[in-house]
Amino acid sequence: MTNQNDFILDAIDPDLGERIDMGKRSLFLRRAVPAALLASAPLVLAAASTEAFAAGGLPQKVVDVLNFALTLEYLEAAFYKAGNSSNGLIPSKYRALFRTIGQHETAHVALLQHALGSAAVKAPKVDFTAGGKYADVFSNFETFATLSATFEDLGVAAYKGQAGNLAGTPVLTTALQIHSVEARHASAVRPLVGKAGYISAFDKPKTKKQVLAAATPFLA
Amino acid sequence: MSDFTPTRRHVLKWTGVATTLAIAGSVLPNFGISQALAADLGSGDIGVLNYAYALEQLEAAFYTQVVKTPYKGITKAELRTLTAIRDHEVAHRQFLKKALGKKAIPGLEVNFSAIDFTSRKSVLGTADVFENLGIGAYNGAGQLIENVDYLAAAGSIVSVEARHAAAIAEMLSGAGREAAGGDHVDANGLDAAYSPAEVLPKAAPFIKTPVTANSLV
Repeated sequence: MTNQNDFILDAIDPDLGERIDMGKRSLFLRRAVPAALLASAPLVLAAASTEAFAAGGLPQKVVDVLNFALTLEYLEAAFYKAGNSSNGLIPSKYRALFRTIGQHETAHVALLQHALGSAAVKAPKVDFTAGGKYADVFSNFETFATLSATFEDLGVAAYKGQAGNLAGTPVLTTALQIHSVEARHASAVRPLVGKAGYISAFDKPKTKKQVLAAATPFLA
Repeated sequence: MSDFTPTRRHVLKWTGVATTLAIAGSVLPNFGISQALAADLGSGDIGVLNYAYALEQLEAAFYTQVVKTPYKGITKAELRTLTAIRDHEVAHRQFLKKALGKKAIPGLEVNFSAIDFTSRKSVLGTADVFENLGIGAYNGAGQLIENVDYLAAAGSIVSVEARHAAAIAEMLSGAGREAAGGDHVDANGLDAAYSPAEVLPKAAPFIKTPVTANSLV
């Protein structure tokens, strides 16, 4: 067990340097946020976008993280919208699952758009065939479920990788509340393509660069 | 969630007399493990880690028993999943214990008398409660953590708890709405974020060593 933990720490460590730096800076941010604004999550998002930093809106670092998250949520929401409306794609016993996942992703888009206000990026153009590699994504359930599991695992790793950048800000909790929902999705979908819902005792984060590299083939 | 503010930090208070004494002698001055040692801002990370450690102890003990005495009619696939979950929870417990070192709270004595380990419904129902409680606990504790190393570690654990929750939900209800979170996820697509004060009373019936949280102004 000791060896395993050492390994885990090693695995986590490479990404920490940058986040430790960010964390230190965010301590100043924490003190700058009026305590009264730290209310329930959706309210916090709304408040943060319009009031907490009235002069210049959200700090640029937070805007960048939220827009990065929004881009992934756009991708997921569009994916499920297309999948859920493709006749004959999803077996009836899994329709409720994918409909629910799609509702969550659409809600995440709305939440992040609201938080960002005019700073929100626009939805990217998407190509879920990844240039033809997954040509049957909306006609072959196995392809669809495989990509679903991939996107969900990617989302989990992406939010995890950004948590340090949100430390000390009012949006951290909301991001964590999305993060665990993405993990539920991943675990629910993975068994449909023959995988266990989990990977190991500790999920690993991905950097923004790693996530974008994985998502780019699906952006048109 | 309104009590999650920097000015009203939650600290853990252990009311077991022996436990409090054992800890009070060894902790750092600002470690908020008892009222006498109330935390001030910036001192709460050890308290948060011990809070997580307490919950992981509970989960690890539960799944250890589940695997040791499988319920009637358990399938091979179910036992495989529950064994993997046990291994994860034990790994979480040991990880936190090691991270805390001498500041770790003692091992908790559990009380599982309300659980019928021969019953699938009782075992999976309890697992469902524990996993969802864990998710809300970690989500709520994130903003109480100052050190981003600890935040990263907590993040690496909480998504695994969420994966467990989905796996348990799938065993109970199949790969449907429940597996995606069901009623645990709100209309904004968000999981819960609970304060320690909300979580500990729910865990208390399963822990003989009483654990409470006070929110200090």
